[in-house]
Amino acid sequence: MAYPGRSGPRPAPPPSAPQECAIKAASPPKGAPAGAVTDVAVELRGITKRFPGVVANHDIDITVRRGTVHALVGENGAGKSTLMKILYGMQRPDEGTIAIDGETVELHSPADAISRGVGMVHQHFMLADNFTVLENVVLGAEKLHGIAGRARARIKEISDAYGLGVRPDVLVEDLGVADRQRVEILKVLYRGARTLILDEPTAVLVPQEVDALFDNLRELKSEGLTVLFISHKLGEVLSVADDITVIRRGTTVASVVPSETNPRQLAELMVGSELPSPETRESTVTDTDLLVVDALRLTATDVDGVERAVLDDIDFAIRKGEVLGIAGVEGNGQAELVEAIMGMRDPDAGTITLDGADISHAPTRKRREDGIGYIPEDRHRHGLLLEAPLWENRILGHVTEEPNSRAGLLNPAAARRDTERIVAEYDVRTPGIEVTAASLSGGNQQKLIVGREMSHHPKLLIAAHPTRGVDVGAQAQIWDQIRAARRDGLAVLLISADLDELIGLSDTLRVMYRGRLVADADPATITPEELGSAMTGAASGHLEGPADDGTGAATGTGAGAATGTGAATGAATGAGTEAGTATGGEGR
Amino acid sequence: MKKLDKERVLLAVAAPVLALAAAFVVTALVLLATGKEPFNAFGIMFDYGVKADSQVYILNKATTYYLAGLAVAIGFRMNLFNIGVDGQYRLAAFFAAVVGGALKLPGLVQIPLILLVGMLVGAMWASIAGLLKVYRGVSEVISTIMLNSLSGIVISYLLVDGRLADLDKQTNIVATDPLPSSSHFFTIPAGGDLDPIWGFIVVAALAGAGFWFLLGRTRFGFDLRAVGRSESAAQASGVNVKRMVLTSMLLSGAMAGLIGMPTLLNDTHQFTSDFPTGIGFTGIAIALLGRNNPVGIGLAAVLWGFLERGANRLEFEDYDKEIVGVMQGVIVLCVVIAYELVRRYGLKRQQQRVGAELAAQAKADKGTDKQEVPA
Repeated sequence: MAYPGRSGPRPAPPPSAPQECAIKAASPPKGAPAGAVTDVAVELRGITKRFPGVVANHDIDITVRRGTVHALVGENGAGKSTLMKILYGMQRPDEGTIAIDGETVELHSPADAISRGVGMVHQHFMLADNFTVLENVVLGAEKLHGIAGRARARIKEISDAYGLGVRPDVLVEDLGVADRQRVEILKVLYRGARTLILDEPTAVLVPQEVDALFDNLRELKSEGLTVLFISHKLGEVLSVADDITVIRRGTTVASVVPSETNPRQLAELMVGSELPSPETRESTVTDTDLLVVDALRLTATDVDGVERAVLDDIDFAIRKGEVLGIAGVEGNGQAELVEAIMGMRDPDAGTITLDGADISHAPTRKRREDGIGYIPEDRHRHGLLLEAPLWENRILGHVTEEPNSRAGLLNPAAARRDTERIVAEYDVRTPGIEVTAASLSGGNQQKLIVGREMSHHPKLLIAAHPTRGVDVGAQAQIWDQIRAARRDGLAVLLISADLDELIGLSDTLRVMYRGRLVADADPATITPEELGSAMTGAASGHLEGPADDGTGAATGTGAGAATGTGAATGAATGAGTEAGTATGGEGR
Repeated sequence: MKKLDKERVLLAVAAPVLALAAAFVVTALVLLATGKEPFNAFGIMFDYGVKADSQVYILNKATTYYLAGLAVAIGFRMNLFNIGVDGQYRLAAFFAAVVGGALKLPGLVQIPLILLVGMLVGAMWASIAGLLKVYRGVSEVISTIMLNSLSGIVISYLLVDGRLADLDKQTNIVATDPLPSSSHFFTIPAGGDLDPIWGFIVVAALAGAGFWFLLGRTRFGFDLRAVGRSESAAQASGVNVKRMVLTSMLLSGAMAGLIGMPTLLNDTHQFTSDFPTGIGFTGIAIALLGRNNPVGIGLAAVLWGFLERGANRLEFEDYDKEIVGVMQGVIVLCVVIAYELVRRYGLKRQQQRVGAELAAQAKADKGTDKQEVPA
């Protein structure tokens, strides 16, 4: 491979030989962050970013060595993307400093970041379909190498140097996803970037494409470029990264090197160890079915105009005093299930029975009046009126019920009084009930929602990701409230991406995959890793044979996450069930 | 909390005051640019505007504008931009005039009947846009603009000698049959030799009170406002959003149906080819200026009447009458900008307050949240 000199505003760093073997071999232990300044490509210190009502990032410290692939891992909503937007100049931090190549910088816009050699490849590509690759690459960077011959030569040069295989004159609309991604990478390199940020680059790729991408990344690295790689797929991260920084709830909780960690440890760091351990508790489950869902089917038309089943043959029952947890990779039908039970989507077949009454096609308001409480997945879109004061938010969803109204007329005085009560009882930290919901932090917004829903003594509580984006204190509180209500005979449908939460709270677990409930598990015996395998469909296949040890099974989870999209539903169903039952013997 | 409320009131008042001040400055600059002395012009407008006969004129004008503002505000409150108020009120006034001119019933029966016809026609015309939006996803902005055009065509087809109107040979004006005198709305004498105040101002005030009560004190109003603030949250809370779109479009149209009534019942008593036009658009400006609030809309309507009265006078004083048009336009622009600025500022202020508690909390968490991994 030829190594053409890169023409950048700054001299290219000398290629450092040891990096070549850094993938497999143990990296030198990190400890002195401000050690050799020239070795550090990017340094973030004490970054804090507040959004209306949420602290997206606080006290972030990251040191990225030059010529490495540095992975940033964390759960959805942990604050990874916000952090990268800060580094790319799309957001400005409220506190903290960014240093690029040892120099403290203020980034006001992506253009600033690019001029400092930081480029970003977004999760959603930003390409004009009806333009050629060449045109897309030069768009907005016409001054660098013109728009014709010189630009084409430069593109070829970069493409060859890093083995990207980009053809300059093809229309982007004729390219596949992986090719488009390479065009995006090339676009960034063309602009002289020496540090690349890749936001969840593997989310859209099939496994072979992931391997090809990783080869590209290693190529970039060997050329002395630095890659910041955002992901929550642990298997991938361990295979490609030199350093890993774990982000949880908006802050950096650990920096590790792949050789000294394992997926299990990473997973624990990601979700946090203060989560409840799955211990046997006193069961409050009764014999009375409260919610019965029978052969529920829901179809939706996707973007290609093809009608497909998003929920297929869903059967389950929740008894009074029972928490039924639904595990699953997001987008496998959980949101649709919730919306069908809430009446926001009309099922095509099947029945939903609440406390003996058929509510399959009842309007949402009737269902709420009949005693369904709802903690929505996206509280900003479905749970709150952000620009309305707290007391109006207390009315939302229960406008027909006491104390909010009587005989069609609102009772603002009573609603205000009751909001004061909720604020006090549920520890909603706010200066008053007249402030808008938007000015509260995520945790306090969630406490308000929980308080509101619990105040109407629901028979059934639908809790979708009830503690997502919520600080630790609020999280424990919300769990306690759900447990307390469960003792009083509340039935809970719990949907969560946080496996420890699912295991810790649920009495029964079901796994959802591609719109079907494919497995069930006993929360008393299953581990997050085992549950994770069942969630990805394909990975559960690995669990069929005897697993050699805990680490092996867990690595399977990570790999499965990458391949899960390609797996057939049928195979997953069988394997998933087995995974659920095989767990007991394997956890040790 | 008390302090916060005071601040909210202050902020609420700040926006229109800022906007008006900015508008005066801009208008003064425009006047200067045309080589006229600006403060003299403002002085003329003010002196003339506060005269007794001007006050009556302003109140009568404001009655119509107030109803127009309310009609638009109903849509605004739930994020519907009913530009079609203009077509709705004209069509409504026309048919109300036709029905009123054809009947000779006692006023007690006929006046409510005329009002009902107006509201029904307005609502029906608006419902076309509502139905298109709900069932076909057509933007109400587009459909109501086109319906405005259509209503003009319908009226010009029907307002022809021999169809639903007659030609007055002397004045050469085409008009519907005049309402019987029993259907003339009562007036409030303003004393002296002044023109009376239109009695319809009472109806307008009642409409404003109804608007406030419906939106602020009923479940329906809460649902409507919830849809306006967040469609998805409203749906999740149990509001049937589609039905709400249709209902609010009907309400807006019915309110629009009243806009022509003060003129019809208190003034012209018939629909002529020179029946006032464009009030629907004025209503948009007034609803914006009044923050969709019934009191605010009232103030805005009076201000609008005042400016127009002043404009008439400026003409005599050798100023360009159009300067008031400029001023009105600038006011609306300034209002939109000022509200957005004040809204953002208010939101930021609030977040800073809550942010203080938040930061303390984050600090407390930090100790437990951070943990090092033994390498």
